[in-house]
Amino acid sequence: MFEPFYKYASGQHFYKLSKTLTPWFGGITALLLIGGLYTGLFLAPADYQQGDSYRIMFIHVPSAWMSMFVYMVMASAGFVGLIWRVKVSDIVARACAPLGASFTFLALATGSIWGKPMWGSWWVWDARLTSELILLFLYLGYIALQSAIEDRRTAARAGAVLALVGVINIPIIHYSVEWWNTLHQGPTVTKFDTPSIHTSMLIPLLLMAAAFKTYFATVLMLRARCEILETEAKSSWVQNLARTKGAEL
Amino acid sequence: MSHNSLTSACAAVLRRDFTLIMRHRNDLINPITFFVIIVSLFPLALGPDPSTLRQLAPGIIWVAALISTTMSMDAIFRSDFEDGTLEQMIMSHHSTTALVMAKIFAHWLVTGFLVTIVAALLGTLLHLPLKAIWVLQLTLLFGTPILSMVGAIAVALTVGLPRSGVLLALLILPLYIPVLIFATAAVNNATLGLAFNGQLYFLAALLVLSLTLAPIATAASLRISMG
Repeated sequence: MFEPFYKYASGQHFYKLSKTLTPWFGGITALLLIGGLYTGLFLAPADYQQGDSYRIMFIHVPSAWMSMFVYMVMASAGFVGLIWRVKVSDIVARACAPLGASFTFLALATGSIWGKPMWGSWWVWDARLTSELILLFLYLGYIALQSAIEDRRTAARAGAVLALVGVINIPIIHYSVEWWNTLHQGPTVTKFDTPSIHTSMLIPLLLMAAAFKTYFATVLMLRARCEILETEAKSSWVQNLARTKGAEL
Repeated sequence: MSHNSLTSACAAVLRRDFTLIMRHRNDLINPITFFVIIVSLFPLALGPDPSTLRQLAPGIIWVAALISTTMSMDAIFRSDFEDGTLEQMIMSHHSTTALVMAKIFAHWLVTGFLVTIVAALLGTLLHLPLKAIWVLQLTLLFGTPILSMVGAIAVALTVGLPRSGVLLALLILPLYIPVLIFATAAVNNATLGLAFNGQLYFLAALLVLSLTLAPIATAASLRISMG
């Protein structure tokens, strides 16, 4: 029952599988991105209060969603690697960190660009902004720990523990900061009753969110493949690969 | 079999750590001196106006407590790791989690607990009202054990590295933020004469949570660092 799982959990098979999948995911990303940007920038109407400047939300909101999502992927992959010693999931966790940090930074940067005309200030110490900033710190800590430990096995396991401690802490940080100060507008899509966002704006937002997800999958696979080659540089299949590629050149 | 039980093993760890600290008094005095110096820099930077200082005091004292705890955390496992004691502890048939808890408690008594006591003096220097000083000490009493326990996880992860000073601070400080928020809010409310028990309950809840989970995570991290 678990055989296919174990098969793709080996570095070599994951390398091959991701090689065939990456162009597909890349293509889907491009289509979704074009669709999302076109509907968002040209078809969606201007907001009656915020004018055209609300359109930055089509980048801002998906990257804010991704910043949390990637941390969860990273922590789950770390957990799987820690418990079942699956090498590929260690590699996935490691490859997640810079991507998650970039999404978090993008969410902060676009938010601050939007905040200047809307709130009249680049930065306010609002709850959601602050917890996003702390999330960025958590990512940077994880990356720093990963790069400080030379042995990859140890680095992966130490990173997994840190990510899991972070997962327990994220809700605590989130609610403590929320309680500390709130100015950011409330959630408009995830409310349980009908979303308070118009469909013409919701569609581009969801398209962009999907595009960000597939973009993440694409780049994650690219990074993971590179990591696999580095980790298994001494194994015979990588050396064979290097030899055939070298002969082609 | 009394000398072989878990309780006596923990007692032995405690006794050993206290003896070591008493033989190296600098390890005891330096973090506290550091704490006092950081706090006394603020009036010099902000001016001696009592009402400003009173307003900023909880934040100043708590941030100083966070930084001085972070600076002193590294000592909790470092020398034991270097001379092999830690390896013996992990290999012994006693639960590593319990032994780690004993070590954290010993470390807290000579750092966090001292900070809690000295904070009364610093609160007076920064013109905090007497009632707020009591609340400040109460928040430190609840909060500093959390700092020690969460910090111990990060120290356990970095103990195998030759130099971990700044990296350790980078890992620890973001995790300390909830404690900082609840503790300073409690003291600020006490200064203003408002209710502060809600924040204290939150701190107590965090204390219980870290008592339950942190020693397990620390023990696991030590085993990872040992390879």
